[in-house]
Amino acid sequence: MPPADHGTQKVAPWNDPKVRSVVFQFIALITLGFFFYTIFQNTLANMERRGITTGLAFLDHKAGFGILMSLIPYDETYTYGRTFFVGLLNTLLVAGLGIALATVIGFVLGVARLSNNWIIAKGAMVYIEVLRNIPLLLQIFFWYFAVLQALPAPRQSISFGGVFTLNNRGLYFPAPITESGFSYVLAALIVAIIGVVWLVRWARRRQEISGQTFPVFRTSLALLVLLPLLVFLAMGSPLSWDHPELQRFSYGGGGRLIPELMALLWALTMYTAAFIAEIVRAGIQSVSHGQTEAARALGLRNGPTLRLVIIPQSMRVIIPPLTSQYLNLTKNSSLATAIGYPDLVSVFMGTTLNQTGQAVEIVGMTMAVYLTISLAISMVMNAYNKKIALTER
Amino acid sequence: MTITTVNQPSLAPPATSVGVVGWMRQNLFSTPLNGGLTLLAAALIYLLVVPFFQWAIWNADWIGSDQSACTSDGACWVFILARMELFIYGFFPTTEYWRVDLVFALLAVLIVPQFFERFPHKGWIGLFTLTGFPVAVYFLLVGGSFGLEPVESGKWGGLMLTLVLAFVGIVAALPIGILLALGRRSDMPVIRTICVCFIELWRGVPLISVLFMASVMLPLFLPEGVNFDKLLRALIGIVLFQSAYMAEVIRGGLQAIPKGQYEAARALGLGYWKSMSLIILPQALKLVIPGIVNTFIALFKDTTLVLIIGLLDILASVQSAIVDPAWGNVSTEGYLFAAFSFWIFCFSMSRYSQALEKKLETGYSR
Repeated sequence: MPPADHGTQKVAPWNDPKVRSVVFQFIALITLGFFFYTIFQNTLANMERRGITTGLAFLDHKAGFGILMSLIPYDETYTYGRTFFVGLLNTLLVAGLGIALATVIGFVLGVARLSNNWIIAKGAMVYIEVLRNIPLLLQIFFWYFAVLQALPAPRQSISFGGVFTLNNRGLYFPAPITESGFSYVLAALIVAIIGVVWLVRWARRRQEISGQTFPVFRTSLALLVLLPLLVFLAMGSPLSWDHPELQRFSYGGGGRLIPELMALLWALTMYTAAFIAEIVRAGIQSVSHGQTEAARALGLRNGPTLRLVIIPQSMRVIIPPLTSQYLNLTKNSSLATAIGYPDLVSVFMGTTLNQTGQAVEIVGMTMAVYLTISLAISMVMNAYNKKIALTER
Repeated sequence: MTITTVNQPSLAPPATSVGVVGWMRQNLFSTPLNGGLTLLAAALIYLLVVPFFQWAIWNADWIGSDQSACTSDGACWVFILARMELFIYGFFPTTEYWRVDLVFALLAVLIVPQFFERFPHKGWIGLFTLTGFPVAVYFLLVGGSFGLEPVESGKWGGLMLTLVLAFVGIVAALPIGILLALGRRSDMPVIRTICVCFIELWRGVPLISVLFMASVMLPLFLPEGVNFDKLLRALIGIVLFQSAYMAEVIRGGLQAIPKGQYEAARALGLGYWKSMSLIILPQALKLVIPGIVNTFIALFKDTTLVLIIGLLDILASVQSAIVDPAWGNVSTEGYLFAAFSFWIFCFSMSRYSQALEKKLETGYSR
């Protein structure tokens, strides 16, 4: 029992909480150190026995295997180090697209869930309850094996107005080809963006000083669309489309979304959207009804009430769990390996690991990538949370 | 002369605001936009649901034993019924099915009391489910003692394997998670750092990389001659991963206990472990039961990932059955069956945890 006063009472050292705490921590450190030392020794011995050299030298060796899809130039002659980046970029691609799509669908569903239209609200509820209670891997399998693989062969492709073509090799779409002068259009777009940023700041300052509002949204939209469009027309439409053509066995030209990517993206989006919808619903419901009533009492109409009162307050509740859903989506994209989409886990921790046997280095590198992404996002999140946190008395 | 006033009976509300018509006006056609949305949604549902039911129930084949029974253009449920044993027991020896059945029955008997508000010795039954029951399951399924024939884990599969993975994952992760959560809130910097690193490491990486690690790196970590079988390696990975999530759930509960409780325990002269186990944890754990159920649901769905390292869980057994050339294209039936099995478990558990949350909730809701 810890004594109340150290000055007057002498305690045996093994009863002193401070001594105890130091001893405990010392023992913990020693145990942990011994544990890691044993593992390290065992691993070295095991790898030596299997004839695997440790270290990252294997990254410079020739890979010698092809990858289904790559955003950077890659073929068999590139190194294992290159496979790492190919996989990483593919992971980031599917995660980025998935996050954007899932956010849009999730917000729509979340609002639909609260709709006063009975059939819309119940429909959203059924969607959410079905999708989020079925394992993601099963959904990926369903879309890949039962839906996309069952699509017709290239000769019997399904065409969407002659622009998009869908068959069991993937979704073909016209690819844009930029001609000289297109860079001016991009420059115009950048100028427009800078202009919008300036406009927003100027309008806010003016409102703070004079109380006058300025139709920022409409002006920005016009600026963003019109300025690049004018430059585009002035340069003589420097853009053409490369349409996919049916060749002997498959389609050539144009762009192509491989079915693996489609199935993975679709399943990830649908699954995560169900979770995001619930987060959005909870966020909107967390703003007490008194806030709406107060906004009405101040004479705000429906739109401004939502935009100025409800959404800023519900965002405070929505953002933290939303971020963890983004992280989940990024981590879940590793399920790609089950259907063969060449993401980081599939390419690097799968094929490269099998060929080189460098288990420790490869698993370590892969985990480090995911850890970095997670920690980076949670750091940004914490900063954001601090910024929007309620300032209390 | 006296004036008498008689209250006239109130008029009935207009016919358009009560009954079915009133309900529809209010909930389906309140504005032109809403009316349009309703019609659109109804059309969509009609186009999707009717063909689905026609395929799944009306035109489906139910009776038979092989491909020849599937003659109509509906679903071939014969396939599911014929391969049901694979989906439930995996390759468990046919003569030993009763052992698996016994485990299922025991689990059902132990779980049912938890759904009742008041059941005699509910707490003790719950404790037994988490401690004594796994031991019993181990002896029943692994065998090799009490005159039971040993069954190697390579023959386990289907629903039974899924349940074993999820259950062991949660039961083993609970005590580790409690220790980690306590460690993360400890005053000792070294202990706290170790716990934070452990938790953040496992929460930051996908389960699949943990399973890969358990299956390819674990053998490297062990001294020569020591080897775990594939199931045990997967279980170690799942438990490590799950304990980190569990720790965060329990930490939430620990933080929700008012400081006065800690101080009161101290004032009574209780040491750290006594004050934790007698005062703080019983309250904190009760608070986080919904959270634990939610992590259990997540784990239950995540167990499907073990098929990537070659274990035959329910999804993997469906996957292996649908490529069987003896049957036609039955992939949709197979996946629907697997989806339905998972859905039943996950949906009922999530309803259970929502009901608990409602019971524990003391805030204002509107």
